[in-house]
Amino acid sequence: MIKKFDKKDEESGSGSNPFQHLEKSAVLQEARIFNETPINPRRCLHILTKIIYLLNQGEHFGTTEATEAFFAMTRLFQSNDQTLRRMCYLTIKEMANISEDVIIVTSSLTKDMTGKEDVYRGPAIRALCRITDTTMLQAIERYMKQAIVDKVPSVSSSALVSSLHMVKMSYDVVKRWVNEAQEAASSDNIMVQYHALGLLYHLRKNDRLAVTKMLNKFTKSGLKSPFAYCMLIRIASKLLDETEGGHDSPLFDFIESSLRNKNEMVVYEAASAIVHMPNCTARELAPAVSVLQLFCSSPKAALRYAAVRTLNKVAMKHPSAVTACNLDLENLITDSNRSIATLAITTLLKTGSESSVDRLMKQISSFVSEISDEFKVVVVQAISALCQKYPRKHSVMMNFLSNMLRDDGGFEYKRAIVDCIISIIEENPESKETGLAHLCEFIEDCEHTVLATKILHLLGKEGPRTPQPSKYIRFIFNRVVLESEAVRAAAVSALAKFGAQNDDLLPSVLVLMQRCMMDSDDEVRDRATFYMNVLQQKQKALNAAYIFNGLSVSIPGLEKSLHQYTLEPSEKPFDMKSVPLATTPITEQKLEIAPVATSKLPEKLAPSRQDIYQEQLASIPEFQSLGPLFKSSEPVQLTEAETEYVVRCIKHTFARHMVFQFDCTNTLNDQLLQKVVVQMEPSEAYEVAHYIPAPSLPYSQPGSSYTLVRLPDDDPTAVSCTFSCTMKYLVRDCDPNTGEPDDDGYDDEYVLEDLEVTVADHIQKVLKPNFGAAWEEVGDENEKEETFALASVRTLDEAVGNIISFLGMQPCERSDKVPENKNSHVLFLAGVFRGGHDVLVRARLALADGVTMQVTVRSTEETVVDVILASVG
Amino acid sequence: MLRSGSCSRFAGSNIGEPSLHTVKAVLILDNDGDRLYAKYYDDTYPTVKEQKAFEKNIFNKTHRTDSEIALLEGLTVVYKSNIDLFFYVIGSSHENELMLMAVLNCLFDSLSQMLRKNVERRALLENMEGLFLAVDEIVDGGVILESDPQQVVHRVALRVLQSAKEQIKWSLLR
Repeated sequence: MIKKFDKKDEESGSGSNPFQHLEKSAVLQEARIFNETPINPRRCLHILTKIIYLLNQGEHFGTTEATEAFFAMTRLFQSNDQTLRRMCYLTIKEMANISEDVIIVTSSLTKDMTGKEDVYRGPAIRALCRITDTTMLQAIERYMKQAIVDKVPSVSSSALVSSLHMVKMSYDVVKRWVNEAQEAASSDNIMVQYHALGLLYHLRKNDRLAVTKMLNKFTKSGLKSPFAYCMLIRIASKLLDETEGGHDSPLFDFIESSLRNKNEMVVYEAASAIVHMPNCTARELAPAVSVLQLFCSSPKAALRYAAVRTLNKVAMKHPSAVTACNLDLENLITDSNRSIATLAITTLLKTGSESSVDRLMKQISSFVSEISDEFKVVVVQAISALCQKYPRKHSVMMNFLSNMLRDDGGFEYKRAIVDCIISIIEENPESKETGLAHLCEFIEDCEHTVLATKILHLLGKEGPRTPQPSKYIRFIFNRVVLESEAVRAAAVSALAKFGAQNDDLLPSVLVLMQRCMMDSDDEVRDRATFYMNVLQQKQKALNAAYIFNGLSVSIPGLEKSLHQYTLEPSEKPFDMKSVPLATTPITEQKLEIAPVATSKLPEKLAPSRQDIYQEQLASIPEFQSLGPLFKSSEPVQLTEAETEYVVRCIKHTFARHMVFQFDCTNTLNDQLLQKVVVQMEPSEAYEVAHYIPAPSLPYSQPGSSYTLVRLPDDDPTAVSCTFSCTMKYLVRDCDPNTGEPDDDGYDDEYVLEDLEVTVADHIQKVLKPNFGAAWEEVGDENEKEETFALASVRTLDEAVGNIISFLGMQPCERSDKVPENKNSHVLFLAGVFRGGHDVLVRARLALADGVTMQVTVRSTEETVVDVILASVG
Repeated sequence: MLRSGSCSRFAGSNIGEPSLHTVKAVLILDNDGDRLYAKYYDDTYPTVKEQKAFEKNIFNKTHRTDSEIALLEGLTVVYKSNIDLFFYVIGSSHENELMLMAVLNCLFDSLSQMLRKNVERRALLENMEGLFLAVDEIVDGGVILESDPQQVVHRVALRVLQSAKEQIKWSLLR
């Protein structure tokens, strides 16, 4: 072995690291020999290696010392030692961000990149582009163009990749090299081809037509490089996705044909692309699945992993498509790579039959402790999906989950388990008690505040309604004694719910509450005092309003209103009804179960969509007197997707007005629209009060125009109305390239689809966690009842879905889920009507030759009850 | 000025924008899990502290098993160990695993040739500049520059040979 290092390093014994005790200051001291003549390449090389090693270890270099070393290093360009020169390039790149005035080496590098030594040219280009800015880039543009088409592959590749890195900074300059890149793309060298394709796509990606042309060209001519081929597949599937191209498109054919490529990398890329396409049918998936099946028995672990991971994804949407691979997957459950084994088992859990569940669960529990948290989460998610599929298996699952809960694991893992247990409890009433018991045990020793508070909240909600509520009290009160403030506060709230619901527990709860009132934390004391006083009144209505069903207002909205109230002192007490309601988050999204670790981004309380609209509308002077925004609808499309102008409308409801926000996009690049207004013709007694035009709509920049409509005061039951809409505007033709408009324009109009306002636009969803209590609270003063026959509806599920979407109210107590094989069902809906009146609906449904529905409506306001019944009928 | 550094942990996937940016990091650790070489190509782990924590985690999860691929902290990690060295190539979890594998194999085979099949810690430490140059030829700013070990060795080894020649000269002069 050749010894290259100083004696000192050798003495430290074999096996030790010669770089271990490097001192930055000593190395920089040594760097002074760079200035000696003649240059000693061997020693200088060694010192540069040490500098790069230190940088690599994360050692911090100050600007002054780095600059000093950098300038000394520039002298080494005088030596012709090749390795030394290459290390200089590396040092330049490493120090480009630390040292000052790195551009001093520009001329040396330019000389090397155009010189005779091919070994220097590629690395010199990459180093040069690292220290170059846009203005200097223009100076070397000629050389870059030449380098891109150079016949030496390393030179061409280096120039292409460096160009790609510089697109972000100097798009306009690099764009001019597109012809050279095009030439390089037909190179024989596979890497040059790959890099050229990457650069071409990056320069053209915003021009769909150019991308299409490029794809046509390369899919026909074929590419030698597997890397380039993969890139082409990605571009094709992106384009297919954007254009919503059908699966009869030539692009899809191209991707499918890639499944027969010789290279595994390409085949896998194609299979993965097909699997990730939305709306793939089982038949279209089949060829992709069968190549993945072949990969399952590959000797390469990476390929088996890739295959089984992709099959796992297929199994989420199309379990039947993967059933054919069950045998291959079975072989993988004993794979020595635990990630592969876990993925195989979780896939089988989705595709296998109910009878195999026990066996698979046993297998997986044998090595669950060996796998990483990411995969444990995958396992939990698979179990969660399984429980929905085979509810009868919940006891096996619950056992398994509780064991997992006891094991070590990070927050994400524990949260997945807790979420899974909670969803099992909600789906299967009979598992409630065991589930709650496991969770109680878990919070006895739980380091995650978020999970503890979540579980306490659940205990408060579910515990009082179990046959033996008293057994949970001990677990909850233990938290009050032992935990941090947030958990103690949550425990107090949970206790209060037991007291409010169970009269026989009330005296004990009051005693415990008394103790909590001596807590050292303000929040805990405040809550205890508050609940104590409410509970002592022993009034059902008070309990319902202040203990079971908390405030349903938007928190940022409340903060703003209170702030406003304190700014303008008045005699009037603060009116809760003036606060915008919280919009219930849409929880109907399908569980995204991807075996990808969840994001580490901190969860932030983002202002809701409605808070953003509130802010936007309040900034328009005409709308300032309307009061708080009550509700904003989902956007409604008023045009087809691929038309000249794309218009969608968001309906904003206020106490006595509605504002229609039209988001318009002009998709014609040779037109500039101005003074855009959407004219509305109401069918009922609605009155259009005001139009606010969008001043200008340049090509592809969305703008908003507003229409203010006054709701009829005299007839509060007129809640639905149809508007015919016409967009009116001034057109100015313009140059598609520069966007420069002509001086004159002409008026034009465009007919949009009709816009409907329905009863749902007047009602905001509000979740009442305890519907029964809320029902009692509102009372039967304004109760009305009517029976309807829904002849066209065939199933209870369909009826429930129709009612919810028609009334736009929030289903409570999970009553939107109809149990299987039942002929009758009760649906509970809660909401708030425009003006702040609570509305509750109880719909009893019975199935027999269509669905019969008995609707009972309660509200704090009689007209609201009438409105609802009138609109249902 | 990190130009290649803006793609986040979840970008660069076949779901997002098609891109040549494939590799997020190349690591070589010794059998105590200490860093011998580490190059991060984007800001997934912006500080040295986060990088070292990630390396520790990777090492703990992989050094006992001889499997070659894992999913850690939401990233795909392909790896290979030899005697007292651990080689890692890291990419997004949406990345084509075989591409990452191609990088890992290229790195290992290039080093194996350069070190005359002597891929172990001491030999590597004595040829650190060879390692630096080889990685520089394989990955540039997260883009795979070359995947053929012959090409890499050719571009780097020219100097290894030359420096060997020179070293004989130096040893004669001594």
